[in-house]
Amino acid sequence: MRIGAAKQSYVDDAALFDTRTQRVWLGLGLAALCAFPFVANEYWLYLACLIAINVASACGLNILTGYTGLVSLGQAAFMGLGAYTVAVMETRLGTPFGLNLLAGGLVAMAGGVVVGIPSLRVKGLYLAISTIAASVLAHFLFSNFKLTGGTSGLSLQPAQFFGIALDTSFRLYWLIVPLAVLMLLGAANLFRTRIGRAFIAIRDRDISAEVLGIPLLRYKLMSFGLSSFYAGVAGGLWAYFFRVVTPESFPLIMSIFFLAAIIVGGMGSILGCILGAVFMTLVPELLKLIVGWLPMSANATLVLSPVRTIVFGALIIGFLIFEPHGLAEMWRRVRRYFHLWPFRT
Amino acid sequence: MSEGFDWLFFFEISLAGLGSGGLLALAGLALVIIYKATRVVNLAIGEMLMMSAYLFFALTASMNLPVWVAIVGTILSSGVLGALIERSMIRPMLGESPISTFMVTVGLSSVLVGLVELIWTADPRRLPEFMPTDPVLLGPAMVAPKVFYGFLISAALIAVVLGVFRFWRGGVALRATASDQAAAYSMGINVPRVFSLSWTVAAMIAAVAGIVVGAIGGISSTMGVFGLSTLVVVIVGGLDSVVGALLGGLLVGLVEAWAGAYLGGEYKVIATFSLLLLVLLVRPYGLFGTHDIERL
Amino acid sequence: MLQIEDVTLAFGGVRALNGVSLQVAPGSITSVIGPNGAGKTSLFNTISGFYRPKSGAILFEGQDITQRPAPQRAKLGLARSFQNIALFRGMTVLDNIKLGRHAHLKTNLLQALFYAGAARREEAALRADIEERIIDFLEIDHIRHASVAALPYGLQKRVEMARALAMQPKVLMLDEPVAGMNREETEDMARFILDVRDEWGITVLMVEHDMGMVMDLSDHVVVLNFGQVIASGTPKDVQGNPEVVKAYLGSGDVAQLRRQLTGAASPT
Repeated sequence: MRIGAAKQSYVDDAALFDTRTQRVWLGLGLAALCAFPFVANEYWLYLACLIAINVASACGLNILTGYTGLVSLGQAAFMGLGAYTVAVMETRLGTPFGLNLLAGGLVAMAGGVVVGIPSLRVKGLYLAISTIAASVLAHFLFSNFKLTGGTSGLSLQPAQFFGIALDTSFRLYWLIVPLAVLMLLGAANLFRTRIGRAFIAIRDRDISAEVLGIPLLRYKLMSFGLSSFYAGVAGGLWAYFFRVVTPESFPLIMSIFFLAAIIVGGMGSILGCILGAVFMTLVPELLKLIVGWLPMSANATLVLSPVRTIVFGALIIGFLIFEPHGLAEMWRRVRRYFHLWPFRT
Repeated sequence: MSEGFDWLFFFEISLAGLGSGGLLALAGLALVIIYKATRVVNLAIGEMLMMSAYLFFALTASMNLPVWVAIVGTILSSGVLGALIERSMIRPMLGESPISTFMVTVGLSSVLVGLVELIWTADPRRLPEFMPTDPVLLGPAMVAPKVFYGFLISAALIAVVLGVFRFWRGGVALRATASDQAAAYSMGINVPRVFSLSWTVAAMIAAVAGIVVGAIGGISSTMGVFGLSTLVVVIVGGLDSVVGALLGGLLVGLVEAWAGAYLGGEYKVIATFSLLLLVLLVRPYGLFGTHDIERL
Repeated sequence: MLQIEDVTLAFGGVRALNGVSLQVAPGSITSVIGPNGAGKTSLFNTISGFYRPKSGAILFEGQDITQRPAPQRAKLGLARSFQNIALFRGMTVLDNIKLGRHAHLKTNLLQALFYAGAARREEAALRADIEERIIDFLEIDHIRHASVAALPYGLQKRVEMARALAMQPKVLMLDEPVAGMNREETEDMARFILDVRDEWGITVLMVEHDMGMVMDLSDHVVVLNFGQVIASGTPKDVQGNPEVVKAYLGSGDVAQLRRQLTGAASPT
């Protein structure tokens, strides 16, 4: 049972991982992440990269929706902006991947700020619906411009790192996972400072926040911009990972996927967006396994897609009704139980 | 054409737009009823419409029932489905934030699409013909028969629903619950029953719209996208305004038809959503919606 | 310090404030009293910047702030607490208080993401300052990491005040600071308010219904009724004023009341 952790200074109190046990687990976790690619097979490496990309994007959406309270169904559109920017730059300019990813993030950020402009006049559900409009508009733009290759999209050469082509999951792992970890760290840091606090204040009571000195429009736009930056970078990584970008790569359903991920994981917590993204990415794989085991496996592949859709919807509904604070809350309950054992929670 | 603007074409396109606008108005009415009674924006309205169309398909094509029996059967079973949805998914969310309930309807739309694909596969189907097939002439202009009759059905049903809500006790109860749930409860109105009723009625209205939409364009598992246009309709008209849904429906129908004809099919969705953005920026609560005032 | 000059606030045809003028002297404790619906909270909201007056001016330290947006007014030193507690339920007590200092902090987005030297130092300095000056002062150190949603009402009010103090205010507007409190809590709060004025030199403007507290604490009292100032002066002056008595207790004279009402509602 953990009694408590006494701190000697305010700086210590503000640390992200403040107990020795947490630091040990963190160290083990990082070591595991480093060791993983050497022991995993191609399939698991592929999954790990996909999970990392989803975690990065979910983290961005969490900043906007979970912490600032601005519901957005446009995350896929911003990822698309990032992906297309990277694709165009890679195919037409051949610039290094670092620059491309940064550019992808910045272009998506610009898009995010534009989409956020109505957020002062329009709130809650209405804002969510206007982000759907943004999604639709983005899809239209991607399909109808020569620059973006129209409906057939663009395909990319692998990213080059000092002459090594990043064309396998193993190699891409070392690009994607550290970036995702850095992005998570950035988000965690954000909420130790005045900017993060301002975001939460906007979510909880935006009118009072304004009277307390927070300029609403500026911070809402900042939140939109930051979350779409994250989405843009995630989209760029997506482009390098799949190496084909088409207008159908980032449909509205993908935005719904990310919103579901942060709901299932637990909105407003970093742990939540990690758990949610991991869970939602693994569920279809798990379903594939289950359906494969069932006796009538001839029809199995036919039912896989609709079953996946049903499970997806059911998860959203189920978590919202029964566990609105998501997997993170379930995790916290388990932790509390062990912290307080042998006392009851 | 060598002389000026082709007015006949414009007129025909506009008529077609009004025709589809009638269906949008019908679906919009269903959405407004749900919003007025339960304060929920039901993004799954398009999928509920789709489900009804498929139920109709099942009753006519698979079970070979006569069309009129199938229509009644579809409407009734859709009503039951609506009540079921409300009881199992919406009622538990009472008191939660509107965003959460909105997300539940998003989840619901996924579940419905999946169910349809599971039972009937994702291939598009055609519904059996049950409407007169002769082209309809309004003056010099020609209107596709299904669109014309679809509009008539929509208009008739809307008139019936409006009349019922104005003169029936249940309608008054609905309006009372819509303004103030707690007060309605204290007045002896059975608020939970009003909730169920609103979803049942809305589902039945959507069922009619679904049958007609399916009859016009065939049915498929992507039919639910009609729901996005319906959402635009109620945002433009005002989430809690019946008049807004009607006028909004006609407006969106016209805008889509004009965009489709003069700009090209792929511009339809853009036109609709541009209208949405315009309304959101200029009159966020819709043309006829009520403004929620926030107190400090 | 703070001057309200002939401010009129109208919502459609209803005049929440009708030609209200008042002066708040620096270093004083001024109370605004009046029956419910008199316009007291509307006055506060207008001063904060939430409402734009139809006419009139608000001067803060000589500057006209009538057209300034609310966040700027906060930065100038105008802080307030709210009638129905407006704490941010998703944050702890400490974070709520830290939020008050927002307008005076400098960390930008990039610094925040990296949480390197500048951001870290600013946060540590902020924490130290709040702990030593505010949390100790208001005796809330035992709940600093508690989530505000779990706190009892009296403590929530104290946290609200702490947050307002964190704003480094020159003028502190308290909207019903002791509403719903018992005798002991009211005395504690009265002591805090006096200390705030004496030790920190902050000018206090207060809306309050508790007449004992108002009369004991205030240097100056303003009485509002139907959006108009009907009396102002020292507590003793106001207590004896027949208009004030009539406003609170009524005179039973309906014709008089009618005249008063039509006088308040007529357009100028």
